[in-house]
Formats: sequence, structure tokens, C-alpha cells
Amino acid sequence: MLNSKLVSALAVAGVALIGAQSAQAQVIKIDGSSTVYPITEAVAEEFQKAKKNAIKVTVGISGTGGGFKKFCRDETDFSNASRPITKSEMELCKAAGVEYIEMPVAYDALTVVINPKNAFLKQATVAEMKALWEPAAQGKITKWNQVNPAWPDAPVKLFGAGADSGTFEYFTEAMVGKAKSSRGDYTASEDDNVLVQGVSRDVNAIGYFGYAYYAENKAKLKALAIVNPKTGKAVEPSSVNVENGTYAPLSRPIFIYVKAKSLQKPEVKEFIEFYMKNGAALTKEVKYVPLPAAAYTGNLDHVKKNKIGTVFGGTNEIGITIEELMKREAKM
Amino acid sequence: MKPLTTEQIRAVIAKGKFRDNLFKAVGVFCLAFALLVIVALIADMLIKGSERFTLDFFLNFASRRATQAGILSAWVGSLLVMLVTALAAVPLGVAAGLYLEEYAKRNWITNIIEINITNLAAVPSIVYGLLALGIFVYQFGFGQSILSAGLTLALLILPIIIVATREAIRAIPAMIREGSMAVGATRWQTCRYHIVPYAMPGILTGVIIGLARAIGETAPIITIGALTFIAFLPPVPFSEIDGGATAGMFDWVMSPFTVMPIQIFNWTSRPDPAFEVNAAAAGFVLMAMVLSMNAVAIYLRYKMRKNIKW
Repeated sequence: MLNSKLVSALAVAGVALIGAQSAQAQVIKIDGSSTVYPITEAVAEEFQKAKKNAIKVTVGISGTGGGFKKFCRDETDFSNASRPITKSEMELCKAAGVEYIEMPVAYDALTVVINPKNAFLKQATVAEMKALWEPAAQGKITKWNQVNPAWPDAPVKLFGAGADSGTFEYFTEAMVGKAKSSRGDYTASEDDNVLVQGVSRDVNAIGYFGYAYYAENKAKLKALAIVNPKTGKAVEPSSVNVENGTYAPLSRPIFIYVKAKSLQKPEVKEFIEFYMKNGAALTKEVKYVPLPAAAYTGNLDHVKKNKIGTVFGGTNEIGITIEELMKREAKM
Repeated sequence: MKPLTTEQIRAVIAKGKFRDNLFKAVGVFCLAFALLVIVALIADMLIKGSERFTLDFFLNFASRRATQAGILSAWVGSLLVMLVTALAAVPLGVAAGLYLEEYAKRNWITNIIEINITNLAAVPSIVYGLLALGIFVYQFGFGQSILSAGLTLALLILPIIIVATREAIRAIPAMIREGSMAVGATRWQTCRYHIVPYAMPGILTGVIIGLARAIGETAPIITIGALTFIAFLPPVPFSEIDGGATAGMFDWVMSPFTVMPIQIFNWTSRPDPAFEVNAAAAGFVLMAMVLSMNAVAIYLRYKMRKNIKW
């Protein structure tokens, strides 16, 4: 009878609640930024293959901020971060007694893209980008020749990252001079594929997002060379130019944060060694730019020496070199 | 008033018939449009995703390579979450509906409860996600597990099931109830042998509508922390897990998981356009899951209706 089935179903559900124990196998939990996700996912995939699935790894996407929240509540072993940990997040971690080691794992080059049919734009300076994107431009700068008289009298269509993303934060800080300071009248999306579509369909469009989205859609987009303020030379985004440091100020390091306590577990230690050994190759495969080899060995060295804390002191910096980053003293 | 001539009467009838046909045409057009949209959607996904419909797609875990990426953890996760949802929501929802219709006294408390149930059905799903994050994930300590997700979605569809149960019970003629009691059946016996069996087809419809809504939900599941990359399945009851230990009967409910909508969302937002094919294929599979759930419900409803003789 149906009712007896209902009753037994209830009983089963009840037992499930009581009987559920944490007899789970060891799982390495990772969460955080969607920008770092492809790299960590690739490493996790290969690691599990190499270990014949004896060690389990899960990766979530909560954004850099959401990832740190979980990390500082002691829920995850690793946090993916597209920017250094902030002061308030440091406080949270400190309050919960979570100690961490900061490891840069790759470069991401923010790429300014235009439509491939756009004939007049080859390069842009930081000042021009600022004129185009600063809050004062809102509603006023609507035509290309208002930014540079050499450019045509045609409307500008702007596409950019949504206000919650690390990309938005970094781009505004590097171009406008202040984080999160941007005009609001542009097509904003957290989904970079929307921006790719938008720019590829409009001759007068200009937009920005992470290098990987440009690299996968090279046929539909053209990358704009940005004039390096230090050398005065226009530099296109490419792995070579990011590695040699000439593509500035739009290239940034991205990080993973590892909980010091988790490193005492052998499987986590094994994972991090695997990450640092194979990180460079896998980073290239998912269209990010790997760090110099010394950075990966340096990270492992920091694990050995238990170099706890961040080298940023809670604020982001534009144009810091990876060598300097590795040398600095870390603080909690 | 002069009586209408035959001609005039014919004209009036013709006018009425024309309007009739016009309305029919509009109705058919609306129906065709709605059908066309859904057929176009499904066909689009089927064509776009066709190259991924291999056995591997169903048996592979997520991967960074589009051609190797599959939906194993996603469809298993979706099915298990639905199982927990159904086990929690159906008994609760049916019992609540039954109580409100058959037992509750008509007073202001009952009225307030009724109004609130209707209101709950209109609460955005993300709110349930936030509630569940606080209660199930942290307060009860269920963590980011299949259990938390299933219970969250159960809360979400509970109002739908309660309302459907009540509608179904109300549709049963009063004479059935009166007849049963007239021959000496208690209220419980009346419910057990008449009300619930006769209302079952309607209840099932509500359950399926609820589950079909739940399986496509993304927001509350993301809130409670479903994962994006997970390359293992929940432990099978009584199977051997590492270290020689045996998995308990219900260990799987505490396992981390992902579900179909999250997998699809992840694939559409990737840089590599090859993943759009995966997203389309997974979208088609999700549609197929929903449609086959509906088919099962229609079949059960048909079978049960046949058994009702009054």
C-alpha cells in the first residue's frame, strides 16, 4: 500500500539523518576565484589521475572574497585568489587562528580588446584609457575623437567587467588610478563570454577581460597594445611580454593561499608539490602565463620554511615584479 | 420590436461563428508559438551538442579538455539531491495538506497558515538558499552536502506540494467522505482508504511540478556551496572506501556534490568556445531528465485514475 511505503520512506529518511557520520575519505577542499579556477582545476584533475583517485580534490567557485570567507572560517584547505588578501580578511583569519602561506601561481594579463575591423586603433596610453574609463567620462566621452583627436568621429561602445570582480578592481586601479573607480554607463557583465560577443559584433566597441578569453577567441577580437608608462613603448599582451615584464601595468600575479595547518597532512603536501612541479605546464595549457621557474621552487621553499602570512600587508599593488614578491618578508 | 428576419439571424450567427473561429485561430497560434519555442530550444541544444552524445560524456568527470569533459558527477549529484528532496518534501507536504483539509478547524490560525503557505510559494529561491546556509549547513552541521541541498530544495517545493495536495483533496466529492463515515469509518480510515488514494493523481502532479522546478534550481545550491570541480562520486552503501573501511548505508548523503545546472553554468562561462558544445549537450540531458520525470508522473496518474471507481 502507498501509505506503508510512505511510512517506510519516512523511516529511511530518519535513519539517514541519524546514521550520517563523517566516515568520509580525506578530501582536499579548494574554493575561491573564478580566474584562478582553470589552473587549479587542471592541477586537481592531473593530480587525481596521477594518484589513481586515492586522494580526492574538490574545487568550488565562490569568487576571491567568498573563497577567503570560507578559508578564514577554517572550511577549506586552499583558497584561489586573483588578488592579495585584504586587511579585513587578514583580521578574519587571525580571529579564527587560520595561518596561511601565500603562493603566486601564474600571471594573468588583463587584455583590452577591440573589434578586428577597427582600423584606427593600434595602441593606447594609460592616459587615454583613463580619459575613456574614469568616472568623470560618464555621459560626456561618447565619441572616439573626444579622447584623441586623431581618432574618428564615431561613437564608443564600452564593455567591461562587473563591479564585483577582481578584474574590475585591478583594471580601474591600474588605468584610472583608484580601485573600483569607473564610469558606470558601459555594458558590464560577470560573464566574460558576453563581453567577447559584444566586442566581436560592434566595430566601435572596446572592452577588457582576462587574457585567456582573448586567447581562445583570437579570430573574433583584436588585442590593443598598451603603452608601458615606464618605457614609452606600446606592448601587446602575450606570454613573452608578460614574462619579461614589459606588458605593464595590466599584468598581475594570481595566487593560491594554503592553510598552514593543512600542510601537516601528507596528502595536502603532496598536492602542493604536484602543483608547483606541474603548475607551469598546466598554466600554459589553460592559456595563462606561467611564472619563472624560480617562483615555483621559491614557493616550495616557503612551505619548507613555513613562511606564514602575506607580503602585501593587505593592500594590492600595481606593477610589482615576481622576483621582488618572492624576496619580501611575509606578515600575518 | 420587429422580429428578426431569417437573413438577419443568419448574419448574427455568421458574425458569432467568425468571432469563434478568430478566437480559435488566436488560441492555436499562441499554443503553436509556445510549442515552437520549446521545440526550437531543445532542437538547438540537440544539434549543438550532438557530437558529445557518447557514453563517455555520461561516464566522465569534469575536465579542462572539452572533448573529455563529462557529466558523471553532475547527473549523479542531481539524481541524489532529487531523491533526498522527494523523501523529505513528499511526506511532509502531503501530511500538511491532508491536515489542513481534513483535520484543521476553520479559524484564524488556520487562515494565517494558509495565507503564509501561498506566500511561501512566491519567495525567491535564493532566500531559501540563505536560510539553508544558516540552518542546515552551519546550525545543524550538515555541511556542504547532498543532505543540505536536498533539504533546501525540499523547503522550496513544500508549498507547491501542499497546495497541490489540497486542490486534489478538494476535488473529491463530499459524498465519498460522508459515505465512508456513514458506514462507521473513522476520520483516519477515511483518509487512509479514500481521500489519499483518490487524491494521489493530483498530488503526484504537484510533486512532479515541484521536483521539475527543483532540479533546475541553481541559486540556492550555489549559496549552500555546491562544487564546480569534483571528480569522484558519493560512496555507494556498503562499498569499500579507502583504508579498507566500509561505507555506511547513508554516507552518501554527507558527500560533497555538484548538480547539472551548475555544471552547465560553468561550461557556458569558460573561455574555450568548445565548452559551449558540452553546455548544450548537458542542457539537453537536463531537459530529458525533466521530461522523463514528467512522463513517469503522467503514466502513474493514468494508472491510478484507472483504479478509481466512483
